[in-house]
Amino acid sequence: MKSWKLASILSSVLCAALLGAPPARAAETIKVGILHSLSGTMAISETSLKDVALMTIEEINAKGGVLGKKLEPIVVDPASNWPLFAEKSRQLLTKDKVAAVFGCWTSVSRKSVLPVFEELNGLLFYPVQYEGEELSQNVFYTGAAPNQQAIPAVEYLMSKEGGGATRFFLLGTDYVYPRTTNKILRAFLKSKGIPESDILETYTPFGHSDYQTIVAQIKAFGAGGHTAVISTINGDSNVPFYKELGNQGLKATDIPVVAFSVGEEELRGIDTKPLVGHLAAWNYFMSLKNKTNSAFIKRWKAYVKKKGLPGGDSRVTNDPMEATYVGMHMWAQAVQKAGSVKVDDVRKAMAGQTYAAPSGFTLKMDETNHHLWKPVLIGEVQGNGQFDVVWKTDQPVRAQPWSPFIAGNEKRAEK
Amino acid sequence: MTAMTRRLLSLGTSLSWPQWPLPGTGLRTLFPRRTWTIVLGAYALLAVVVPVLHLAVPASSAWHVGDYAVTLGGKILCYATVALAMDLVWGYAGILSLGHGLFFALGGYAMGMYLMRAIGSEGVYGDPILPDFMVFLDWKQLPWYWHGSEHFLQQALLVVVAPSLLAFVFGWFAFRSRIRGVYFSIITQALTFAFMLLFFRNQTGFGGNNGFTDFKRILGFPLANPRTRVALFALSATWLLVALIACRMLVRSKFGRVLTAIRDAEDRVRFCGYDPVGFKLFVWTLSAAICGVAGALYVPQVGIINPSEMSPANSVEIAIWVAVGGRGTLLGPILGAALINGAKSWLTVAAPELWLYALGLLFIVVTRWLPDGVLGLLRREQK
Amino acid sequence: MTGLITAVVLSVGLDAGTLEKIARGNQAERQGAISTLAAAGDAAAVPVLRATLEGRLYAGAEGPVLIDDGGTLRDALTGAPAAPPDDLEKVVINNRLRRTLEGALVVLSLSAPGRAERLDAVRALQRTPDPDVLPAVESALAKEKDKEVREALITTEAMLALSAPEAARRTAAAQQLRRVPGATSKRLLTQRLAVERDPAVLAALKEASESVEASLKRAEMVGLLFSGLSLGSVLLLAALGLAVTFGLMGVINMAHGELLMIGAYATWLVQTLFRRYLPGHFGWYLAVAVPASFLAAAAVGALLELTVVRKLYGRPLETLLATFGASLLLMQAVRSAFGAQNVEVANPDWMSGGITVLAGLVLPFNRIAILLFGSFVLLLVWVLLSRTRLGLWVRAVTQNRQRAAGLGVAAPRIDLLAFALGSGIAGLGGCALSQIGNVGPELGQGFIVDSFMVVVLGGVGQLAGTITAAAGLGLANKALEPVAGAVLAKIVVLVFIILFIQRRPQGLFALRGRAADD
Repeated sequence: MKSWKLASILSSVLCAALLGAPPARAAETIKVGILHSLSGTMAISETSLKDVALMTIEEINAKGGVLGKKLEPIVVDPASNWPLFAEKSRQLLTKDKVAAVFGCWTSVSRKSVLPVFEELNGLLFYPVQYEGEELSQNVFYTGAAPNQQAIPAVEYLMSKEGGGATRFFLLGTDYVYPRTTNKILRAFLKSKGIPESDILETYTPFGHSDYQTIVAQIKAFGAGGHTAVISTINGDSNVPFYKELGNQGLKATDIPVVAFSVGEEELRGIDTKPLVGHLAAWNYFMSLKNKTNSAFIKRWKAYVKKKGLPGGDSRVTNDPMEATYVGMHMWAQAVQKAGSVKVDDVRKAMAGQTYAAPSGFTLKMDETNHHLWKPVLIGEVQGNGQFDVVWKTDQPVRAQPWSPFIAGNEKRAEK
Repeated sequence: MTAMTRRLLSLGTSLSWPQWPLPGTGLRTLFPRRTWTIVLGAYALLAVVVPVLHLAVPASSAWHVGDYAVTLGGKILCYATVALAMDLVWGYAGILSLGHGLFFALGGYAMGMYLMRAIGSEGVYGDPILPDFMVFLDWKQLPWYWHGSEHFLQQALLVVVAPSLLAFVFGWFAFRSRIRGVYFSIITQALTFAFMLLFFRNQTGFGGNNGFTDFKRILGFPLANPRTRVALFALSATWLLVALIACRMLVRSKFGRVLTAIRDAEDRVRFCGYDPVGFKLFVWTLSAAICGVAGALYVPQVGIINPSEMSPANSVEIAIWVAVGGRGTLLGPILGAALINGAKSWLTVAAPELWLYALGLLFIVVTRWLPDGVLGLLRREQK
Repeated sequence: MTGLITAVVLSVGLDAGTLEKIARGNQAERQGAISTLAAAGDAAAVPVLRATLEGRLYAGAEGPVLIDDGGTLRDALTGAPAAPPDDLEKVVINNRLRRTLEGALVVLSLSAPGRAERLDAVRALQRTPDPDVLPAVESALAKEKDKEVREALITTEAMLALSAPEAARRTAAAQQLRRVPGATSKRLLTQRLAVERDPAVLAALKEASESVEASLKRAEMVGLLFSGLSLGSVLLLAALGLAVTFGLMGVINMAHGELLMIGAYATWLVQTLFRRYLPGHFGWYLAVAVPASFLAAAAVGALLELTVVRKLYGRPLETLLATFGASLLLMQAVRSAFGAQNVEVANPDWMSGGITVLAGLVLPFNRIAILLFGSFVLLLVWVLLSRTRLGLWVRAVTQNRQRAAGLGVAAPRIDLLAFALGSGIAGLGGCALSQIGNVGPELGQGFIVDSFMVVVLGGVGQLAGTITAAAGLGLANKALEPVAGAVLAKIVVLVFIILFIQRRPQGLFALRGRAADD
């Protein structure tokens, strides 16, 4: 009969896992979901977002919380597995009954959770720069759309100050963000009179590490002079790419490379001396000098120390972290204004929210298109892994999630 | 008579009528009575009780089975089916495949194609024919291999045919060249890796890294509807039962005996006059077909299919489900898949950093100390 | 440094006004100021320009412009130490200014006292020829005595003289350019071909252009060969350890990738220690990292063998699964210890950069080093296996365990040593990989399938197989990549291997009588 006992124990464990914990007590806290990969390929980028989200929650709670209640973070690990993202988001919304979710990084993860959020009328804050072509009533996008990152960067490259580039090598990892961005850029370059023969587009797979051939292609293409590389290479692959560039003697003064997915975090793994002068375009840099940013960085470093996070002093802040920080504060403000955590009320209250961000600008959540007005900053890599800002917009720029450079978008309404 | 014909004939004779247990009398003897009770009881619970609890019982009641449980349960049932299929080839034929995830994923993609077409004009770009990802790639028309994918029957056929055909061709070459053991396992890893790279390419026309997502309906039934959801759940349970019975019939027949003989001493079986290739090829293809259908049931429940389903690591995990449950028992792998995936869902919430430690230790502990898996442990307790 | 700065006082052209423009002017003013300094040709302006380029120039909203001279702030004009005002900020430059600064420095360096400095300056001018510099080049050529520098100057002059008004000069320039093929020559010749009217010059240009084109094609071929061999050497280092354990012991180690990763992390640790305690000798860290990564990986491998592999001897499929579990454990352990993020492994100075071999072909030092390192490791392994007693025992145990045991060879100990050896070699592979790519917990995952393919293709039991397979796969991959793209190239190679194995299951070079299956 022992086997029956064992079997019943096993099956009850299984049922418990499936049916979940007993119903929660009366809510003294407001639950907030954090949906970032803590293991797998995306852990490198997303762990910092989880950490800064937890820090922000602590900050908000220290000031008394929201609506008199403390925020309680519910952290789940979808392990860089896209179906698991959908499953975890469903869990956060139905079982944990969170008021809002801060999460996702890759477009795949966002697209896999979107149906869940739309079905269950949840609220997702998405902090990463992306390709646009989306506008969901259940998502607030605190990262840059292409017109807040890619297009200004190319304009800078084409300007006299940026080197007067006339030939462009579009290099990306093979997935939707680079493909869409390059599509938009092609149309943009065409509108500026750049002929097809002066544009070359190439893609490498995720995790690609041998860039010898690609760099040789860049060299050959660059023989035509006034060439710039627009890189949408994602994640790890940036390290071997920049190493190969540096070693084969391609300096930023010969052929500058502007990247859209390389920030302080990605440069942490490279010796940046050969890369001095290469560019990145973001809405925030850690090296920005203003009071809000100094306070933000100080708080972050203290948090890292307090929690003993791996990396210690070498931990950095970057654009998606700032976007998470701003998004969370805006949400808290909206809840306070709406007087409730109900998604429909908060959604209305989010329109027009402003926040003085570490970028030194006051960011505004647009009234209709669920995107932030963000400033555009172009930075050059320095030998210490930080960026020197060489150009910036005077004012935050309104996002155009439906890029006017993609055919068919003229008909799209921004509800 | 060509070698091919000879092989097919020998295959045919091994499957000939008198050796199969006759239906009716045979079915009852498939399992011992107690096992039948457990199996049918579990099936009734899954296919009848759960739908009732999900649909008829109000959400506030403690007896209500929520969406989360239904979708998670459906997913686990599909995985259990894959584990069963894997046990058929590994536990009974001794073929350790480390690429079975590929067949699962191919079935999933075939169903995904239909579901993408079923979105119709409700996609982001509103194109009635082309799925969204093709519109943004600037493709003007459907590639030839997408023609007819709006017909459910065609795709349902493809769900079975695509993985089976691939398995057949691959197996034909591999078994004929007598590739066995670890070599075979490594080659299956290479196969699934190659396909994963292929499907990651946007130019291949299967959605690239994003895969297929944003499904709206299946056969006209909206996927967000709880009734559709629980119907898919019940179907997954049904398919698992059907596959279980079919596999059981197969392994208890004379065919099955020859199969286990091949597992234990292939050369000797060859010397006895049987051609192992036909036997291995048959179970290999059957296993792939079972996985394909499981994949097709998985995709509408999970809402996304993407090339990481074909990753080599995923396929190795399938092997551990079988090993944990108990190799060569058919029921064991089902239990193993349920246990491990249940633990995964729980640990990635409760203690995410621990999950990988737990999984790694599980691999080592099971292969070292529990060669017969959990089921073996249970059976030993009985004696 | 102080001396140079005081010399600034005596310079012509470098005055408060120019400094003001450089530090606080707008883009156009800064460009102008720098160009003026360059045209004035006064080498004493070099320190200020260099400081600006290196980010050592500081200025507040008003007041003197300061240079950070190794820690002390000095007035750029007088050289005297100065107190920094509150709003002192670094003078930020962008790429365009950087280019101008480098150009100005180069021009000024044309008249530098050191020969090497002059040569570097001339070579730099060749990379980005600017016709405005022609007078400076001509005057430098008039003064130059050193032969090599003269040669370089003549070439530079030719590059700039392509657009000279005299036809004869243009023809001479075209012919000179033909002698120095490269991307720049090609571009200049092509640009000139588009606008040239004089038929004689046209003919010379065409001839030169074709010749340069041919040289470039040759360089491309050599480049392809090198990159194929380079990839091959990486594959070899990654797969050699696996070839030893699998080929000699029949053990499939799915944790092999993680042993690579451990070697890479060991390298990182050594590098970090050197950075902290021996920064002056940083260039030597590899000398310590190589044995360290070998030992670290060998230790982990030995542990793996004792706890897992040994108990599953004779059951290869179970070993496969158990070692997969070990790989998960190792990855997660490293993640917990060092974080999920990648860690930075800096190349020592002598490994950065490359050597220019042919027209426009630069062979990076780190890849050359890895090629040599791979060959060295291979040689070591071969010597170990074929010329030492340990190697003899390993081969004996592999070929016939019973008989070897009967002859007194302690098989379990040999197993342990062989596995540790294979793991140690993987560690060496990881050390090499850390120099060209990422170091993170997932490092091994990117190489595991490739390593298996090399071992399976090459055949077990013979090193020659592993070498051939690695080199062949590297070359095939690189040959296909420009044509089909990285992904298709890889897929084609994988499919080829799968098909090849059907034809010849034992691999390229197979030891007769070996069977790694049941």
